[in-house]
Amino acid sequence: MRVPMPRGPISTAVAEVLRGAVRDLPALDLPDPEDASGVLEDDDVQLALWMLHQLHYDDFDGGAAALEWDPALIALRRGLEDLLLADLRERTADVVEAARAEDGGPGLAERLFTMVDSFDGAGTSTLLQREATAEQFAEHLVHRSIYNLRETDPQVFAMPRLPGRAQVAMAELVYDEYGAGRPDRRHSLLFAEAMEACGLDPTPGAYVDVLPATTLVIVNVMHLFALRRDLVAASVGHYGAFEATSSAPSQRASNGAERLGLDQRVRDYFDEHVEADAVHEQLVFRDVCEAVVEADPDQEELVLLGAASCLVVEDAAAAPVVEAWQADRSSLLAPAAQEAS
Amino acid sequence: MTERTKSVRLTPCPDGPILVRGADEVVDEDGVAHPVTRAVVALCRCDMSQRMPWCDGTHRAAARARINREAKQ
Repeated sequence: MRVPMPRGPISTAVAEVLRGAVRDLPALDLPDPEDASGVLEDDDVQLALWMLHQLHYDDFDGGAAALEWDPALIALRRGLEDLLLADLRERTADVVEAARAEDGGPGLAERLFTMVDSFDGAGTSTLLQREATAEQFAEHLVHRSIYNLRETDPQVFAMPRLPGRAQVAMAELVYDEYGAGRPDRRHSLLFAEAMEACGLDPTPGAYVDVLPATTLVIVNVMHLFALRRDLVAASVGHYGAFEATSSAPSQRASNGAERLGLDQRVRDYFDEHVEADAVHEQLVFRDVCEAVVEADPDQEELVLLGAASCLVVEDAAAAPVVEAWQADRSSLLAPAAQEAS
Repeated sequence: MTERTKSVRLTPCPDGPILVRGADEVVDEDGVAHPVTRAVVALCRCDMSQRMPWCDGTHRAAARARINREAKQ
């Protein structure tokens, strides 16, 4: 994988190590987690974190495979993750508070659905359905490619840490995501085909240089929750909210693709998700999240944190895209940033 | 694949669809057979789905409308 263009001191230091230019990280001053507000929108932090998580999937050009478990890189990653976690905790505090259990009140799955439904969550999908241009639709695919080309891969890191009953439901869901026995129906492949149909490059990481922090954080928060055993309950809460905010927007995106006369492969990807995710939201909230909390009631707080984090991050990701499109601007970072390399 | 007759399991979700495991096809009220292509499928129970007989999450539109009304009060 190509090493992205750095966006500040932290991502510069990481990029230098990843491409083998230097062996050791320099000393870096990280902000205090007590003062983590704005980390979600911090390009330097989010790009550095994205690169560090990618080491679990791929080598960077010039870098060694052994970097995956390099102690200094892991230590930096842990520090950056703590910042992101602190920012998420602050931003989700009210939503988590509103979803807490009350004596005689609704069960966990019902409270999770209510949490999701209390968010507007329309994001970019209403624009895609009604008025986006073909170029804006392609931009949408570029943003979502940060996750969809590795759909479900981050969440699978959490599977061995789940209690038995939760694993059964996760396995059903993951089987579906990976094509339900048909290699040509893997969701990541359907997305790659949709990108190709729009003239886009479906190589993971191909567009990272034009993606803002608010898009990179979508997948950074998935890796934060799924790769840390103490946060596994947040991972399943996040996954449930992610699936529960997918069916209706996928239908709107499919309608938009039809309106624009885009290739059938684009509609195919979104159509698949209307039906699949109506099943998955039930499986994750009822069979996975409830089983996790049944096994250890103390985990409920983390399940709620994970779900709320998904909603807050998706809102943060959508806001600048909607703003840019309404002003007839591109929502991607200017290519000029790449020419500086 | 086993030759044994497999059992079909139905799991109703409160205010939501019925999850179906182990079925090969679902026959709707017009006698049309819809093949089951995933391990678990969700059958619509609210009659509002645009993809009958499958759930498409539309049942939650009513919940969203109620929450929005309450939020405005």
